[in-house]
Amino acid sequence: MNAEPVLQLDEVSIAFDRTTVVDRLSLQVGAGETLALVGESGSGKSVSALGAMGLLPANARIEGHCRLEGRDLASLTPRDWQRLRGNQVGFIFQEPMTSLNPLHTIGKQIGETLRLHQGLRGREARARARELLAQVHLPRVEELLDAWPHQLSGGQRQRVMIAMAIANRPRLLIADEPTTALDVTVQQEILQLLGELQSRHGMAMLFITHDLNLVRRHADRVCVLYQGREQETGSVARVFDAPRSAYTRTLLAAEPEGRPVSRPTSEVLLEAQRLSVTFRRPKRLFARRPPGFAAVKPLDLSLARGETLGIVGESGSGKTTLAMALLRLVESEGHITLGETRLDRLTGGDLRRQRRRAQIVFQDPYGALSPRMPVADIISEGLRYHHPEVDKETVRERVLSTLREVGLPREVAARYPHEFSGGQRQRIAVARAIILEPELLVLDEPTSALDRTVQKQLIRLLRNLQERRGLSYLFISHDLAVVRAMAHRIIVMKDGAIMEQGKCEEVLRSPTASYTQSLLKASFL
Amino acid sequence: MTQHGSTSRLSPITRRRLQAFRDNRRAWWSFWLFLFLFVFSLGAELIANDKPIVMRYQGEWYVPLLVDYPETDFGGFLPTTAEYRDPFVKEGIETHGWMLWPPVPFSYDTLDQALDHPAPSPPDARHWLGTDDQGRDVLARVIYGFRLSVLFALALTIGSLVLGVVFGGIQGYFGGKVDLIGQRLSEIWSGLPVLFLLIILASLVEPNIWWLLGIMLLFSWLGLVDIVRAEFLRARNLEYVRAARAMGLPAHLIMWRHVLPNAMVATLTFIPFLFTGAITTLTALDFLGFGLPPGSPSLGELVAQGKNNLQAPWLGITAFVSLSLMLSLLVFIGEGLRDAFDPRHIQKPAGKPAGTLQPAAESDALPLPQEPTDER
Repeated sequence: MNAEPVLQLDEVSIAFDRTTVVDRLSLQVGAGETLALVGESGSGKSVSALGAMGLLPANARIEGHCRLEGRDLASLTPRDWQRLRGNQVGFIFQEPMTSLNPLHTIGKQIGETLRLHQGLRGREARARARELLAQVHLPRVEELLDAWPHQLSGGQRQRVMIAMAIANRPRLLIADEPTTALDVTVQQEILQLLGELQSRHGMAMLFITHDLNLVRRHADRVCVLYQGREQETGSVARVFDAPRSAYTRTLLAAEPEGRPVSRPTSEVLLEAQRLSVTFRRPKRLFARRPPGFAAVKPLDLSLARGETLGIVGESGSGKTTLAMALLRLVESEGHITLGETRLDRLTGGDLRRQRRRAQIVFQDPYGALSPRMPVADIISEGLRYHHPEVDKETVRERVLSTLREVGLPREVAARYPHEFSGGQRQRIAVARAIILEPELLVLDEPTSALDRTVQKQLIRLLRNLQERRGLSYLFISHDLAVVRAMAHRIIVMKDGAIMEQGKCEEVLRSPTASYTQSLLKASFL
Repeated sequence: MTQHGSTSRLSPITRRRLQAFRDNRRAWWSFWLFLFLFVFSLGAELIANDKPIVMRYQGEWYVPLLVDYPETDFGGFLPTTAEYRDPFVKEGIETHGWMLWPPVPFSYDTLDQALDHPAPSPPDARHWLGTDDQGRDVLARVIYGFRLSVLFALALTIGSLVLGVVFGGIQGYFGGKVDLIGQRLSEIWSGLPVLFLLIILASLVEPNIWWLLGIMLLFSWLGLVDIVRAEFLRARNLEYVRAARAMGLPAHLIMWRHVLPNAMVATLTFIPFLFTGAITTLTALDFLGFGLPPGSPSLGELVAQGKNNLQAPWLGITAFVSLSLMLSLLVFIGEGLRDAFDPRHIQKPAGKPAGTLQPAAESDALPLPQEPTDER
């Protein structure tokens, strides 16, 4: 390690309109070193990195000193900044889907940074771009140069972003949650690639993440942030083995734990036979329609009362589509039986009356609640529709008792969704589902948008509800740790087909399918 | 108390939009000025009329503004409605009582027979903006014309809004074939030339304001359909809409309660421009003589008179000033609304926006309860 750090922050505070979001943060990253900046959402980890690079909106106020290789960044002119960003400092952002311009080819986008900072043009730039794509281990480099962003998968796009970030051999690489939007197996590859590039070029890396598992494996030192304050900084081994601050200890203890409590009965609640979902592909004029895309290939499954069936798989494996098909929210083929009712035969009003029995909680706590309705109306809507005979007072009673059941205070009823945090919104979504007293609850990645500590609370709530009400859960997740804490049985899906199924513990302990094995390996269980 | 309750119940987005609109001073003042002019013109009968508002005659109260009294009541000979501006009647009344006249003692269709100059007569103390070529008071016609234009545009806008939202909503929400067929039909429909249709109509029937409104309504909603359809297409895949479907709500309730309130934002910004469009079209038709029946107070007709009587510049100037004032105000309001609804538009870089908009962090306002019910 060099004597002089590449990036040094000295008592940096950042405020938006007098609200302090980062409070006197000091840190330094040396060449060849990876410093992980860890914290939950809203802890100020991204803001501090963006603030150091002068990328915050105009209403942010920054105090303190930022130095890049000894140079005080406060003295830079806008022109200096432009020369610095993308040249001495490379960025990788979280969303590979939106970080690339959809209207330019990959080659052109990489070429742009090369032209701006190195003055490379035409054939030279193309050769260098080809070289960069090879460095990030992308296949078919020549074809990719002329490909459009939408033709690439998320992992490939993130590799392109990395290629762009390292194009000018930066001294510092800022990776802001670079793998959060990716599947676990892809996540592994990307982080390995980053480590490899770092050691080859001797870059300093500021690695921003919320995932402690990744920190443990990929960082040298770690800085824990909580509500804009530095909690502790130290080597990864020291912080993980002997955390000094109370917050670090809660964070470390926030791994999902425990096992499902309720005992499933033998009575089958939901059964599907030869269920499949096929999406039609668009037809060209005068051409024959191409065969449909099978999102879910014919499969059978059953779920007992009081049981939790975990559905595990990476994005695009068809797990959400399967759940939607079971609820008759997308068209499907095959038999679906809920209790004694054949759901697949029902239409219109008959189907709508049955919907009361099977409810769903979605992944995104911000999108799942109508922003223009107060919480009481959101929760009671289904009740008011399905039971018009219930008078206002009773509806109110039921809303309040349901709120109590999901652990929210009664004042919540009169407020609007935007006033709540992600975890609270997810509780509201659960309340909306259980007020109808369903028999089946489909949980579509209910915890993946939440911080670990909040996740843990929600899992506990869901388990208790199941025990108390004898609910059956269909629990969809890509996070094996969460699934293990929830599910009795699991189904592992890939490309719309079941790879493996069985008792949760057994599958996770001794997976037979190779896909399950790689999945397990990637998620460090 | 209730006032406070209702403002604090507005979502912060609405509050921010209101603030952004208020901060845009041009739009804010235009809005109030336009509102004032509109309310003022709604009371046109009290401001410009050829009847007194109230009068006293031989110890009795009369309200000619509201009630038609025969001339015989006031010592005349004819059983027709009293002509209060007639010197004979006027004198008869004023010897036995008094009359309270509106500030402009002419209505839009009053022909002033006692002009000093041949019509069109220039502005003077009697006719503040002069008279047109038939001896009618221009100020009175502008006030009534303004009201008529705005009311017409209002009716047209509301009508188009209803039709546009219904058709656009159905196309967007159901998508697929419904959308495909609906879009193609509305494309064909929008290919029909509206202006020619109106001109042809004018030769078939005596066009009155309802005919005009009806015909224009048939076409003006097409502009809205695309916007509403796009919003519904987007919203139907949002999770709260899916949750409502999973809850078993029927389509019309989902559209009304969940999709529409969120689709209205894009629609609202379009309205002021629809409004200006309606006024311009009406004026254009009147100018060409295919619009409102002759004699109606119309700004378009005033423009036509200005063109035909270049020796009387007060006609053209009045028409120009009143039309451009009205349309500019509306455009300013429209711009203000559009900017207020645009999240990326920041009026003052050092002002409030962005930071205050951040969603609640995971530990704010309402602390998460310590799982009281969960530990058992």
